[in-house]
Amino acid sequence: MSATNSVNPNPAYDKVLAARDASKLTAVDYIKHMFGDSFIELHGDRRFADDKAIVAGLGMLYDTPVTVIGIEKGRNTKERMERNFGQAHPEGYRKALRLMKQAEKFHRPVLCLVDTSGAYPGIGAEERGQGQAIAENLMEMMALKTPVLTILIGEGGSGGALALAVADEVWMLENSVYSVISPEGCASILWKDSAKAPQAAEALKMTAQDLFGFGVIERIIRQPKAEDAAMFESLKLLVLRTFEKNLALSDEELTAHRYARFRKIGAQQTREKE
Amino acid sequence: MDFFAFVKPKNELENSAEKQQNVPFVPEAMWVKCPKCNALLLTTDMEENLHVCTHCNHHFRMSAKQRIALLADKETFREHDADLTSSNLLDFPGYDEKLEKAGKKANESVRCGECKIDGVRSVLCVMDADFMMGSMGTVTGEKITRAFEYATDNGLPIVVCTVSGGARMQEGILSLMQMAKTSGAVKRHSDAGLLYITVLTDPTTGGVTASFAMEGDIILAEPNALVAFAGPRVIEQTMRQKLPKDFQTSEFVLQKGFIDAVVSRVALKSTISKLLKMHGYGEE
Repeated sequence: MSATNSVNPNPAYDKVLAARDASKLTAVDYIKHMFGDSFIELHGDRRFADDKAIVAGLGMLYDTPVTVIGIEKGRNTKERMERNFGQAHPEGYRKALRLMKQAEKFHRPVLCLVDTSGAYPGIGAEERGQGQAIAENLMEMMALKTPVLTILIGEGGSGGALALAVADEVWMLENSVYSVISPEGCASILWKDSAKAPQAAEALKMTAQDLFGFGVIERIIRQPKAEDAAMFESLKLLVLRTFEKNLALSDEELTAHRYARFRKIGAQQTREKE
Repeated sequence: MDFFAFVKPKNELENSAEKQQNVPFVPEAMWVKCPKCNALLLTTDMEENLHVCTHCNHHFRMSAKQRIALLADKETFREHDADLTSSNLLDFPGYDEKLEKAGKKANESVRCGECKIDGVRSVLCVMDADFMMGSMGTVTGEKITRAFEYATDNGLPIVVCTVSGGARMQEGILSLMQMAKTSGAVKRHSDAGLLYITVLTDPTTGGVTASFAMEGDIILAEPNALVAFAGPRVIEQTMRQKLPKDFQTSEFVLQKGFIDAVVSRVALKSTISKLLKMHGYGEE
């Protein structure tokens, strides 16, 4: 982050703005830098449509084939319109699940890249079961018999982000956020004033550093720049090592570990009164 | 007096001069106005009719206590984890006060336990709108997860009645994680070959819709309940789209194919009981 951190009274909201920064790298950039020419995009949910807010396919991580699924916001106005600003419809989550099940069949690890302000809140999305689509992903991902790793590369907006983040490990970029509600939404509901978003951002404790403190994520990673080939190389190695570690586990060990990972959240904070 | 018959649903009290004289002496708490048809209902009549309007079939919200009494056989409900209480994990401004206020109305946002439903041993979870609009915090998630784990360990079917404004934002990311945690527990129960029946009641929205509410083997809903992921106000405000008539009602989601049946409250227990028995769960 910039040096303004030291003078800004609200570093949490700075992180929100950094996570939304339109000039930062998006999912397709990560795919390009990590998988290069090996990437083959796969489309469609086989039910309704192909949701362009979700970009997914196969790529080689060194010698290991990987299923990669990203939420793509778009890098310019035209792309952003095309990608619906990274707000997926149910068919996007269903495409993701289809490809995760395919990965399970071939025992191929899954890498999810999350960058979304949330699942699309619109008429069509509701008509086609946005809630059901997200719920199904949560349930199926928890039992997926292949390694899953999720990296938040910008905004992690509520259920729309979680639908790709039921993983063995969740990592966040140093300037990314992950929250149950946007600070604007929270401020307008609680204080009837969306201008109080900075206070809400602080109260929600939504930065990578906060989440690491809660034990909700495993790792904070440095923000790579496009020209930073060495940084991408070390990210690739880190991802590969994590996949290799989890590929060595039995299906039972892998899914038991994933369940335990989420099972403990909130359990330790809710001890019975003596 | 006849004129009233056109503007208001028939209320027998208005047709009786003798009874009408009594009206001023009836304490206000004994009356409730139906929000749908505006009929004035005697509280005792409404309670006798399972909190359903006797004029227009509007289903009033029920507290968890009332719904447990509706579904569980008399004196069979044994509550689990009633001692789990929410606390202000993030030091969120104003949350302590909200919890204190909510605590006066209900114990928690969900009550879970074991009971018999027409003699069939079952786990029953009932959410409570009286506690912060049934919003899902860590305690909600923990209680529901424990209920599913108990059902899985004991080979029991589970019935969950939902009512929720969504995830509880005062618990931030920890609240969001409860969606994954509960879904994992549902999956394990499902993989053990056990039956999960969901009953969606008004309103079921947000993080609860996007997790265990939509994960039942059989999903029932009460008539005219709001069933949504993004609530109607959110959609109207953020998308500036005009919403179709009856959008996001039980009947709407039934027509769109996302629930199995709309069941009137009067038939709810018998429907659940039939379903339990059809899945091989017997009386003990």
